[in-house]
This record gives sequence, structure tokens and C-alpha cells, in this order.
Amino acid sequence: MKISMDIELKDIPGQLVRALQPVSDSGGNIVSVVHQHDKKTPSGRIPVQLVVELDEQRLERLVRALTERGVRVVRTGEERLKESMVVLLIGHIVHSDLRETIDSIDRTGFAEVVALSLSMPSVDEESSASVTISAIGDQELREALHILEGTAKEKGIMVIAPI
Amino acid sequence: MSMRSNMKTVRISIIGFGYVGAGLAEVIRRKRADLVSTYGLDVRIVGIADLNGIFIDEQGLDEAELLKLRTGAKDWERPGGMTTLELIKELDYEVMVETTHTDVTSGQPGLTHITTALESGRHVVTSNKGPLALEYSRLTDLAAAQGCALKYEATVGGAMPLISLIRDNLAGNGVLSIQGILNGTCNYILTRMAEEGLPYEHVLKEAQELGYAEADPSSDVKGLDTAVKLVILANSVFGMNATYRDVEVTGITAITPDALKLADDAGYVIKLIGEVSREGCLKARPRLVPKDDPLNVGGTLNVATIKTDLAGDITVIGKGAGPIEAASAILADIISIYR
Ligand SMILES: NC(=O)c1ccc[n+]([C@@H]2O[C@H](COP(=O)([O-])OP(=O)(O)OC[C@H]3O[C@@H](n4cnc5c(N)ncnc54)[C@H](OP(=O)(O)O)[C@@H]3O)[C@@H](O)[C@H]2O)c1
Repeated sequence: MKISMDIELKDIPGQLVRALQPVSDSGGNIVSVVHQHDKKTPSGRIPVQLVVELDEQRLERLVRALTERGVRVVRTGEERLKESMVVLLIGHIVHSDLRETIDSIDRTGFAEVVALSLSMPSVDEESSASVTISAIGDQELREALHILEGTAKEKGIMVIAPI
Repeated sequence: MSMRSNMKTVRISIIGFGYVGAGLAEVIRRKRADLVSTYGLDVRIVGIADLNGIFIDEQGLDEAELLKLRTGAKDWERPGGMTTLELIKELDYEVMVETTHTDVTSGQPGLTHITTALESGRHVVTSNKGPLALEYSRLTDLAAAQGCALKYEATVGGAMPLISLIRDNLAGNGVLSIQGILNGTCNYILTRMAEEGLPYEHVLKEAQELGYAEADPSSDVKGLDTAVKLVILANSVFGMNATYRDVEVTGITAITPDALKLADDAGYVIKLIGEVSREGCLKARPRLVPKDDPLNVGGTLNVATIKTDLAGDITVIGKGAGPIEAASAILADIISIYR
């Protein structure tokens, strides 16, 4: 499950690496890190937003490990895929292994194909599909589209994206 | 009293007397009185040239007579064997209107016509995209060096004001991007396909019968015409030095009724959208447009949304083609030279 965490670091060098180590130690994957150097909390700490892919049962242990390292954990919660986009594909979609195209997005961890509808006139003709991609943020959504466009180009599939 | 003393005679030549050239003659005929009373301009066509011949009259040609050339009720002449280039250089006039066909690979014959007119100190107004898409900076530099105007509102969006809208009315704004439908043929085809669920080939044929698509529609449907217009915007609005080869182009020939149906189910229409941004993005490709977006216009209409830093988004919609519509933009350019 994707978990977002707001943490606060001491304003001394090396703290971000210190905070990220326990995430991998507890078997989690880091999906995104938003680190704003120029922002500070009233107590002089640096706020960081983490999104990690982690087994829910291991969350408590992770929070403990972070706290022991002097990282303040302000909030944890399940991260939802907030941003969505519909994209059309036209071409020999089925022949070209649609699964792999979808997987390329699901693998990112920050975006997923949440809906798909396929329209296929006949097996050998070009078909069209509408694909709904969701991601944790706007930037991640655009990154997912970029990945999709790359895969589609290799396969000779046309991608029609929203303006 | 003041009217007469401020009256200015503007002598023009029209090079290329096809649909647009004749459209301009018709518009000048219709607007003669308004041009005098509102703008103090006495606009006279003193020469026209076409592949078939030439007519000149330093006092001004009769537009109604010239229009007969288009119906075959009058035959072309060529006084003294005069060539088009001799007319451009030697006739006494102020503004050359260049309305020959667009050739985006060579820019000819328009490129030579425009260069010759500017070198002979004439203002130039054109609807011909080729020369501007290929040699924008050379031509604007030449015009500046000669102290001549070079105006080309009709090249992009036909009657729809875009270049002068940005340059004059949005002066002071930074333009972030321009996005729009710049080809009426593609818009007609995609609109009809979506409305009727008909295949591309069928609607193309219909468009050709109605005169909305040319016998050879490839420049329109493959996106080249949109690309050329984008290049003119890129160079004139964003100061780029682009040619149509710099535009990433995907046409509409692969769009299927199925795809349009899927788009419809998701709340979108598919349009061929040209896009140019100040970061250097230059793309003409089919995009999903939300049904409630101002860019969702149907039929043969053109539309453009200009994103600016002060005024926000400005959207213009208008007729992108048609001889009278193109002549409207040409006439506005002529008037603007004398403002
Ligand atoms: N039609 C529109 O709605 C529209 C809108 C905006 C911009 N434009 C642009 O405006 C221009 C004119 O369009 P149009 O529809 O009027 O095209 P058109 O009907 O083909 O007119 C072009 C005319 O130029 C003549 N011509 C060709 N070579 C010439 C030469 N060397 N010297 C003198 N005349 C020459 C042609 O003569 P022949 O017929 O004997 O070949 C023809 O009469 C094009 O560049 C087009 O892209 C058109």
C-alpha cells in the first residue's frame, strides 16, 4: 500500500539520507520525496513529504525507527491516486501486447492504469482503447504519460492526450 | 473639408488573381465608400497579375470588370508582353498584395514576388504562407531595412485576428503559448465523423464535394498546413527561427469512428490541435479536447487560445478560410499600414 508521510528533519547535513535508510531497511520502496530546503517549521526543522510503498503492518516499526534517528513523524496516511487522465490509443493495440504497455505505467509505483475500454472492429484491424491513468500528483501523471508515449512510439501506436 | 484634405490614395497591385485575389477586389468594391468616410483612404487596384496575364490602369481598374475574369466573361490580356516581375518593380503603386498559391518547399513564386516588391520599396500584404514559413527573418529584416510594412494576418486563421490581436491589443503581455485549431478542413472532417459515426474516407469525400477539402487534401489532413501556420506564429510571436521541419506533426488520417466514440464516452472530442509555446514546443497533433472547453468548436471553424501572463487566457473563434474572409484580413492589414 502507498503511504504518505510528513516528516521533519533537523537542519544539519545528511539528514535526508538518514531518514530514507529505515524505509529500505523495513522493505519499503520510496515512491517520491518532496524536500523543500527553503521552507522551515517554526522550530527550525525542514519539512519533507515522503510517499512510500510499504506493507501496512510494517508502518509502526518504520515510524519508531525514524523517531529513534531524530526524525519527527508528523503525519502518516494512505496515499490516494489523486490525479487522473484519460488517454486514447489507436493502432494494433492487441497484437502489440497491451499488457506490457499498461505494466510500464503500473511499475512506476506512482501511477496506475485504473480503467481501460477497448474497441476492436476485428482482430486484424487497428483498434482503439481509452485508458484512464491515475497518479499521486500532477507531475507524476505527466511522467506516466511520457512513459506511455515512449512505449507506444516503439510499437507504432498513436497516443491522443488531453490538451 | 478635413476629410478631403486628409484623403490618401492607396494604390495596390494584386499578384495572383485566384479566389483570394478576386475576393479582395470584391471587398474593395463593396467597401469603397466606407474606406473613404471612415479611414480617409481611396484604395485603388492599379494592377493585377496572374499566370494568364496582366491588367494595369494607373487611375484604378474597375473591380466589377476584373471579377468577370473569374467567370470567363472577360479574357486576360498582357499589355506589351509585361511580366509579373516587371509589373511588381515598374508600376507606380504603394502596396503589393501577394495571393499566389502556397508552396512550402520552395516558397515560390511568392518568395520572389515579395522580395522584389520590398526591394522596390513597396509595402507587402500577403495571404501566402510559403514565403513566411520558410524565410520569415530574411523577409522581415528586408522589410525593416527598406522601411516597408510586411503584413500577413490572412496566413494564419483566415478572418480570425491573431497576429495583430497579440501585437496590438495584447501589447505588453508576455505570451506563454498558443493552442488551437488552425485548419478548417480537419475540423470539418473530425466534427462530421464524431457526429455521424462515419469513417474518415467517407467524410473526406463529402468534404471534397462541398468544397471544404481540396482534391489533394494531404497538406491539410496530414497536418502540414497546421504546421506551417504554427511556424508563422512561432517566428512572429515568439521570435523563433523555425521552419515547418521543426514541427512535430501527426495528422488525422488514422482517427477512427471508434476512437471518437471512446473519446465521447469520456467527455472529450478529438481535434487536430496546433501548439506553440515560448519554451519552444512546436506540435501539430490530434488531442482530446474536453467538450466544455472553448477550443471545442465544430464545422470548418478555426479557434485559438492565447495564454498570456497578464490577460490570462484569450480565445478567438472565426472562419479560417473563404475568399471574402481572407480578404477581410488583407484589407485590415492594408488599412493598418495607414493608421
Ligand atoms: N482560399 C482561402 O480561403 C485562403 C485563406 C487564407 C490564405 N489563403 C492563401 O492565399 C493564397 C491564395 O489562395 P487562393 O485560394 O486564392 O488560391 P488560388 O485560387 O489557387 O489562386 C492563386 C492564383 O495565383 C496565380 N498564380 C500562380 N502563379 C503565379 C505567378 N507566377 N504570377 C502571378 N500569378 C500566379 C494562379 O494562377 P492560375 O490559376 O493560372 O494557376 C491563381 O490564380 C494561397 O497562398 C493560400 O494558401 C487562402
